[in-house]
Amino acid sequence: MKILLDEEKCVGAGQCVLAAGDVFDQRDSDGIAVLLDEHPGQERSGAVETAAQLCPAQAIRIEKG
Amino acid sequence: MRDVVVVGASAAGLAAAETLRREGFDGRLTLIGDEPGPPYDRPPLSKQLLAGDWEPERLRLRSDEALAALDARLIYGVRAVGLEPRRRQIRLSDRDQPLGYDGLVIATGVIARRLPFGHELAGVHVLRTLTDALALRDDLREARRVVVIGAGLLGAEAAAVARTMGRDVTLVDPVAQPMHHQFGPEIGAVVARLHLDHGVGLRMLTSVTGLAGAGGRVTGVHLDDGTLAPADVVLVAIGARPATAWLDGSGLALTDGVDCDQTCRAGDSIVAAGDVASWLDHETGRRIRVEHRSNATEQGMTAARTLLGSTLPFRPIPYFWSEQFGVRIQAYGTWTADARVRIVDGAPEAGRFTAVYESGGRVVGVLGWNAAREVRNLRKLLE
Ligand SMILES: Cc1cc2nc3c(=O)[nH]c(=O)nc-3n(C[C@H](O)[C@H](O)[C@H](O)COP(=O)(O)OP(=O)(O)OC[C@H]3O[C@@H](n4cnc5c(N)ncnc54)[C@H](O)[C@@H]3O)c2cc1C
Ligand code: SF4
Repeated sequence: MKILLDEEKCVGAGQCVLAAGDVFDQRDSDGIAVLLDEHPGQERSGAVETAAQLCPAQAIRIEKG
Repeated sequence: MRDVVVVGASAAGLAAAETLRREGFDGRLTLIGDEPGPPYDRPPLSKQLLAGDWEPERLRLRSDEALAALDARLIYGVRAVGLEPRRRQIRLSDRDQPLGYDGLVIATGVIARRLPFGHELAGVHVLRTLTDALALRDDLREARRVVVIGAGLLGAEAAAVARTMGRDVTLVDPVAQPMHHQFGPEIGAVVARLHLDHGVGLRMLTSVTGLAGAGGRVTGVHLDDGTLAPADVVLVAIGARPATAWLDGSGLALTDGVDCDQTCRAGDSIVAAGDVASWLDHETGRRIRVEHRSNATEQGMTAARTLLGSTLPFRPIPYFWSEQFGVRIQAYGTWTADARVRIVDGAPEAGRFTAVYESGGRVVGVLGWNAAREVRNLRKLLE
């Protein structure tokens, strides 16, 4: 699976880090999310889907495959 | 359960529908909303959309493909007008035939409150829907003087956008500081400073007594100190009330929106979520209702699980954010009138700080001012 992050939409809520801290982090300067892992393995799909769902800015998209 | 109807096609309704599917519900799913198009996100309405930085397409909550993958009947532009829980039927605005369900999700959100006068005048706006936001945006393009009535989240954000567009802006509210209800007086004062520094005229501790107009268009706002604040555009941002009129007479308890138990259940095979729904806090027994974007998703997810048989209580840590003049304010938890605020790091003068709210020896809220990462770490104090 591939994760697409829209930095412009991200509001730095950090819900993604709370849901999947091994895949997402936040920049120190402004809290905007960064991907630690653009292609996480299938075993992370549950956590990543939760992150995408909880992101209040709808900034995370997942491409399957 | 073979047939679930979701009323309200926005953040909470969509989260409930998606969770039902994700948790294996494979029966019939119907999503009904009274707005004309597909679900969109509201927070940008008072930010990027109002400023003209984003167009409506950018606000779509889901692409057409993602909506198709829901495998649901999507009915837009239709309003639910009645509920008969004993028959498990709802009545819709566009047909005589009632619609049956064996599981119902109520996610109808809130409706902008209006002043008891003045809304017939051109130039007077409320801000809740995409239609509202586009109308306000059009009017702001031509405006010179803007008065925003109500200095809550919405009013403060819209005032900041109008000011950034170069308009002459006045923000009026009977409370002492902008965003007083969200943040309390001390942080409210920091918000006030931010607006003053950018040239917004603040008229706090001031009420509106009437609107003035000429030729059908608003010309100003009468204030209770006897003065008139001239305006060619007025935004009324005085809060919202739960969209429950269609539930009158249904037998559901409606003391604070739709009253739910700890699990978001409102009645027999009925759950509710989002801005419209209050729930019982499982620790304090207090009834809580919040109007925040994250809550809509989280409560929608819990409500869907409850409908599928889960008995886990809804235990969120409320979160919300706001953006004004490039400052991003984020808060977890809730500010209560007896809470005391303490700055833990940074300083308002430095344009970056974090603060905690304490009440009865406990941390009840944390706040970050341009400090997203730090506030996420402080969130631990609330767990
Ligand atoms: C301008 C603006 C800015 C905001 N900014 C922020 C922010 O910065 N941070 C934050 O945390 N929150 C913010 N919010 C709040 C956030 O948008 C809401 O909490 C969220 O939209 C709630 O989602 P919901 O699905 O519960 O309700 P809503 O989004 O209100 O959706 C309810 C839907 O149900 C429909 N409906 C109502 N009655 C019926 C009926 N009888 N039949 C059929 N359909 C019906 C409505 O038309 C609507 O489409 C903002 C809100 C607004 C308006
Ligand atoms: S949850 Fe969304 S908004 Fe928050 S930091 Fe992650 S990507 Fe950004």
